[in-house]
Amino acid sequence: MKKIFIILFFILFSSKVSHAIIEIDITEGNREPLPIAITEFFHDDNDELLKNDIPNRIRKVIADDLERSGLFESLDQKAFIQRNKAMHISPRFADWRLIKAQGLLTGDLSIENERLRVEFRLWDTLAEKEIEGLVLITTINNWRRISHMIADKIYERLTGEEGYFDTRIVYVAEEGPKNKRIKKLAIMDQDGANHKFLTSGKELVLTPRFNPVRQEITYLSYFKNLPRVYLLNIQNGIQEVVGDFPGMTFAPRFSPDGNKIIMSLARDGNSDIYVMDMISRVVERLTDSQAIDTSPSYSPDGKKITFNSDRGGSQQIYVMDSNGRNQKRISKGTGNYATPVWSPRGDLIAFTKNFQGQYFIGVMRTDGTGERLLTENWYQEAPSWSSNGRVLIFYRETKANDAGDGHSSSIWSIDLTGFNERKLETPLDASDPSWSKLIQ
Amino acid sequence: MSFKFENFTKYLVIMFTALFLAACETTPKDDALSSAPSAAVEVVDGVYVGSETVEMLAVDVPDRVFFAYDSYSLTNAAQDTLAKQAKWLKANGSVTIAIEGHADERGTREYNLALGDRRANAAKDYLMTQGISSSRITTISFGKERPVNNASNNKAWAQNRRSVTVRTN
Repeated sequence: MKKIFIILFFILFSSKVSHAIIEIDITEGNREPLPIAITEFFHDDNDELLKNDIPNRIRKVIADDLERSGLFESLDQKAFIQRNKAMHISPRFADWRLIKAQGLLTGDLSIENERLRVEFRLWDTLAEKEIEGLVLITTINNWRRISHMIADKIYERLTGEEGYFDTRIVYVAEEGPKNKRIKKLAIMDQDGANHKFLTSGKELVLTPRFNPVRQEITYLSYFKNLPRVYLLNIQNGIQEVVGDFPGMTFAPRFSPDGNKIIMSLARDGNSDIYVMDMISRVVERLTDSQAIDTSPSYSPDGKKITFNSDRGGSQQIYVMDSNGRNQKRISKGTGNYATPVWSPRGDLIAFTKNFQGQYFIGVMRTDGTGERLLTENWYQEAPSWSSNGRVLIFYRETKANDAGDGHSSSIWSIDLTGFNERKLETPLDASDPSWSKLIQ
Repeated sequence: MSFKFENFTKYLVIMFTALFLAACETTPKDDALSSAPSAAVEVVDGVYVGSETVEMLAVDVPDRVFFAYDSYSLTNAAQDTLAKQAKWLKANGSVTIAIEGHADERGTREYNLALGDRRANAAKDYLMTQGISSSRITTISFGKERPVNNASNNKAWAQNRRSVTVRTN
């Protein structure tokens, strides 16, 4: 990852405390998206900007991010009435209200000392005032990240929640028939850009997960036919096996501080949960049952762990203290529950549920109450949270026909409200997605 | 993974195919986990009892056993097969084996890895009760990653819920 330098400062002194009229309540799922006019930022006829169509592409990345959230409608540029540079200083609000824009984004692009300077302003066309404004300076080839950061700022200003657009997704890219499936790790920006394969496909790899703090991924690899948890440094590509265990290790996840890996160890047919401190290399066993204990996930404060166990006769979700004490079942409904993942906000646990042959992605409170099923399908599993805890991604498979054809696997996203279900486009089939925190 | 059918098995496959082409007309399309009438011959109580996918380690020594949904208990047929494997392993004292545990696609990936491990070890434990040293046996779980039948129906799932013994030397 190229290191970038970003300078942020507020353009105006205009009071941030003033109450904007436009605000989005994101706890309501089915509200009408907020109409927003995203204009192409003004710029000189600078060759470096123009040759790569950067002004237009910045506009598009911002508009696409906001639209995909389901909370915004980016208005068609053809309808824009005011087109002169004055709008970046003082927009004719009536013109924008006429085309039903409630928000207006204007900006100015320039190259200074071979660096890209992006200035943007977000206007409330009803209150007729600027509600957000920033200058960001970076290297030119970082225009995409700058665009995501602007989209994050807009999202944050209008919803009151942290944005999640300057993030990446690591997942398993798949191809070939099911019995000879080739799987490789791949990484991309959350909008699908900058796609890159991280492994060759020679070894079977599964369940990659981001380190929340460092540029690392933990995953399961069948290297030399010994399924073990591995660590991959995304910056230098170095892979190492995690620990020296006498059996298969799987289902890895990092602790919130990024210093520990929690996982299952299968030994003599029994799977229990272990944690390894990556600094001291000390391994601690957390569960000791004759059942399958797997899919562990830490609470964001690191004090609790949720996991999946069939100790009571069927697969259910449990919570325990991070030292393994006080193990107790929380899932209460009928059906099988699996892959619990603690929300970054701490209040919910997302899960996969199997009931009467159908698969659901849902959420429940951390004591198991308030179960809500967000989506139902023939097969889907493995939710992963957006950094702000508002959106889940997961993977879904289609059923093969009796000749074994027609199977596919892809990543989908859905809002916590159960609305705005979308498929993420990937070059190959896709599974096991893991969503990063905001890039630092 | 390659499939080298013995000639005998090949004929069986053809026979079965012919037999079931006729019966398949009544197979329900959406069959969740219920046993379809036409499949009942090959899948009994969720366990595959046919021989389509079975390969032979030696004459009359099948390489695999089948399990019911989310189960790792060995059926009588599975125990018979493993007893044959044990007898063969005793007669061929230098042979070492790996037992692969597999699950069908109807379960989460991580749980199925654990389930595959359970199945492989259930088979290993049985061989050990028959006097085969654990030092000759390794196990590996593939979870739901390596089905033999790519279809999404009861028969395919039953064929995929298996442990397979493979020679490692």
